[in-house]
Amino acid sequence: MKVLVPIKRVIDYNVKVRVKPDNSNVDLANTKMAINPFCEIAIEEAVRLKEAGIATEVIAVSIGDKSCQEQLRTALALGADRAIQIETSESLDSLNIAKLLHKIVEEVQPQLVILGKQAIDSDNNQTGQMLGALTGMPQGTFASMVKVEGDKVNVTREVDGGLQTVALSLPAIVTTDLRLNEPRYASLPNIMKAKRKPLDVKPAADFGIDLAPRTKLLKVTPPATRQAGIIVESIDELVEKLKNEAKVIS
Amino acid sequence: MSILVFAEHDNSALKAETLKTVAAAQAIGGDITLLVAGHNCQSVADAAAKVNGVSKVLVADNAAYEHQLAENVSLLVTELASDYEHILATALTTGKNFMPRVAALLDVTQISDIIAVESADTFVRPIYAGNAIATVQSLDSKKVITVRTTGFDAVTTDGSAEVIVLDSVTDAGTSSHVSDELTVSERPELGAASVIISGGRGMQNGDNFKLLDGIADKLGAAIGASRAAVDAGFVPNDMQVGQTGKIVAPDLYIAVGISGAIQHLAGMKDSKVIVAINKDPEAPIFQVADYGIVADLFDALPELESKL
Repeated sequence: MKVLVPIKRVIDYNVKVRVKPDNSNVDLANTKMAINPFCEIAIEEAVRLKEAGIATEVIAVSIGDKSCQEQLRTALALGADRAIQIETSESLDSLNIAKLLHKIVEEVQPQLVILGKQAIDSDNNQTGQMLGALTGMPQGTFASMVKVEGDKVNVTREVDGGLQTVALSLPAIVTTDLRLNEPRYASLPNIMKAKRKPLDVKPAADFGIDLAPRTKLLKVTPPATRQAGIIVESIDELVEKLKNEAKVIS
Repeated sequence: MSILVFAEHDNSALKAETLKTVAAAQAIGGDITLLVAGHNCQSVADAAAKVNGVSKVLVADNAAYEHQLAENVSLLVTELASDYEHILATALTTGKNFMPRVAALLDVTQISDIIAVESADTFVRPIYAGNAIATVQSLDSKKVITVRTTGFDAVTTDGSAEVIVLDSVTDAGTSSHVSDELTVSERPELGAASVIISGGRGMQNGDNFKLLDGIADKLGAAIGASRAAVDAGFVPNDMQVGQTGKIVAPDLYIAVGISGAIQHLAGMKDSKVIVAINKDPEAPIFQVADYGIVADLFDALPELESKL
């Protein structure tokens, strides 16, 4: 079976983002970029399914300008077989991303689509579920374990109270949580090999979808900053402050 | 305007977070309907009818909704959607799971995790792990929204809404529930606790989390953890506080052996009072803590427990 892995190019998770002085957006100029960490877990899971003889082909797809080819090449170095870039210079809303991915699903006909549960830039947590609705596929979101068994996949999900396992008919959508796996590092020979793997570029405009924005970003501001407080010298002083100054314990 | 609010529950009790999502609906303004979708969930429907500001409670009680599978619940909500301009759910794992499906089925995008309402179509939400705050206007005719509860104060529960039983059943037939492995705890839930004590990598192992128990008992606190502690297998995932775990804002948050990575701060920096216990004076957690104590947690915790 084929596994499709949509990935997103985002700010590196170690980098602290800054808001532009005119409050129009965040400033990403000269910022280190990377594969969204959850998407990296998605690639790893797909590659492991291939190594286990369950998946036959792993296809990575990303939507963005030419720079996202860098992340697609990383996906190829991690073990994806081929890549597709849907080329656009626009920043698209999740629904439009899901509509473009729907077209790719129709073309590739994967049995599994594995995505990150959320991107660490927009923190939306939407695309996988939206793709599920558009394709009519069931979904196992926030996955910490994925087991393909016959024409079903069992997905253990991280939910508020603990873990929940659901059985989904294939084809299905899986979105990854942190504990699903620990992604490997790309080896140098695999990075070299990735340069020769196929990467198709398809202009977003060719899909015949209305990609007009669904939201308007009015402003972006820095969060209210917390003042650092005081260092207390002893537990006695801490308890006294919590009782009499902060009044949060009695 | 009419607003549909999805009630979070476990088929026996209405979750307190729903009261905050109703507060967000009140901030938008309009006639508010609560939807209770579950199975054998009459007690939830009764509790929902008492939520202030709600005029109607719709109850969909059927086996298809017992585990609130996204495939089935999204079809139900989409079917009801024509009567409402706004559809709200709490940004907990159930709401996060099914709501984007509702949005896509309605051909609108979703506004996730709002923390404030500017107007009926404009909302405030954190991005980049809360390191930036975006004000976003929805251009869609219907607004599908998830609400981060730390931004709103709970409404009271002395109302009396009309209860209407729905009999249509939407079962997509593509998914089924296999099992739950839920953490059983006598302590308050992280989302509802007024005091939280969390442990990080500095706890060294799962056994040492017992050091937090006595303090939690004395303070009536919930126990949380940083991602590092969960990833290391010290404690289960449902204890994780942070950007991708639970977002909390208690009156008192005590961070023990937690360095304070931005992903953790994103989950707790709206707490009223933050206490940090860490042996590294350079730990970033001290930059957000109201009270910090530079100490070995293995000395500090027993002493703190004895002095409370």
